[in-house]
Amino acid sequence: MQECAKAINLSGAEIITVAVRRVNITDKKKPLLMDYIDPKKITYLPNTAGCFNSKEALRTLRLAREIGGWKLVKLEVLGDKKNLFPEMIETLKSTEILTKEGFKVMVYCNDDPLMAKRLENVGACAIMPLAAPIGSGLGIINKINIRIMRKQTKLPLIIDAGLGQASDAAIAMELGCDGVLVNTAIAKAKKPFQMALAFKNAVIAGRQSYLSGRIKKTFYGNASSPKAGII
Amino acid sequence: MKKKIKIKLNGKLKSINYNSTLFNIVQKNKIPLTKVAIELNQEIVDKKKIKSINLKNNDKIEIVHFIGGG
Repeated sequence: MQECAKAINLSGAEIITVAVRRVNITDKKKPLLMDYIDPKKITYLPNTAGCFNSKEALRTLRLAREIGGWKLVKLEVLGDKKNLFPEMIETLKSTEILTKEGFKVMVYCNDDPLMAKRLENVGACAIMPLAAPIGSGLGIINKINIRIMRKQTKLPLIIDAGLGQASDAAIAMELGCDGVLVNTAIAKAKKPFQMALAFKNAVIAGRQSYLSGRIKKTFYGNASSPKAGII
Repeated sequence: MKKKIKIKLNGKLKSINYNSTLFNIVQKNKIPLTKVAIELNQEIVDKKKIKSINLKNNDKIEIVHFIGGG
């Protein structure tokens, strides 16, 4: 738990996702997350990781609201145990119900611009497309779709899942995303603290790069030194 | 001997005194009320009202909290 808190601190993360699980009744001395990571300093984002249908997801988030009084939640309804892809029909349905109940719903989704639009139409407060399957470390597979999603929405766009190394986060930010959600790439790196810091720097670098307006790509070379005064 | 009833607390079968309230269970298990949510038979319970909730035989209680995980 202490290591986790240190890595979060190094990464500069402002939001952490949390899961709702049973309190350990038999071992009452087991440390609580809130004792290590202060929810007043870092936003806790209750998440429905591990839910495979709308009913489970709704139950989890209603409980989460009861624990902390948070309305900001992350919805994740999975459809397949092997690739952990989101089940988008259930996700869409749940987003609509939760929004009507007053939740602010950040939604894990696939990299499909049309589905992202539908989520926005039913009230999603942030769009969180996957880069690649959860925990796969493949990086952003479909950059074009992410760029289209950026162009079509003013909502926060956050890459959720599939990043493998810091440069993947820089690419996400260069595509215009507002943030990245990272777990495995840092937690399972050989040196997690160093990787946490690398991700922080990558996010900053990618964002600055996006805002700087990159040069056009050309097929041929363009001399970078002035020709005037050549000897 | 006091009459007992059986309930399930976080999936574990427990034998408790007849006439116990939800508050008794919370107190006995030293549950930090501000950091948990409670469900009784799949319905969320208002934590302010647990003193007046009497438990019945076969009640299912779930007490949950946040853990790290994404």
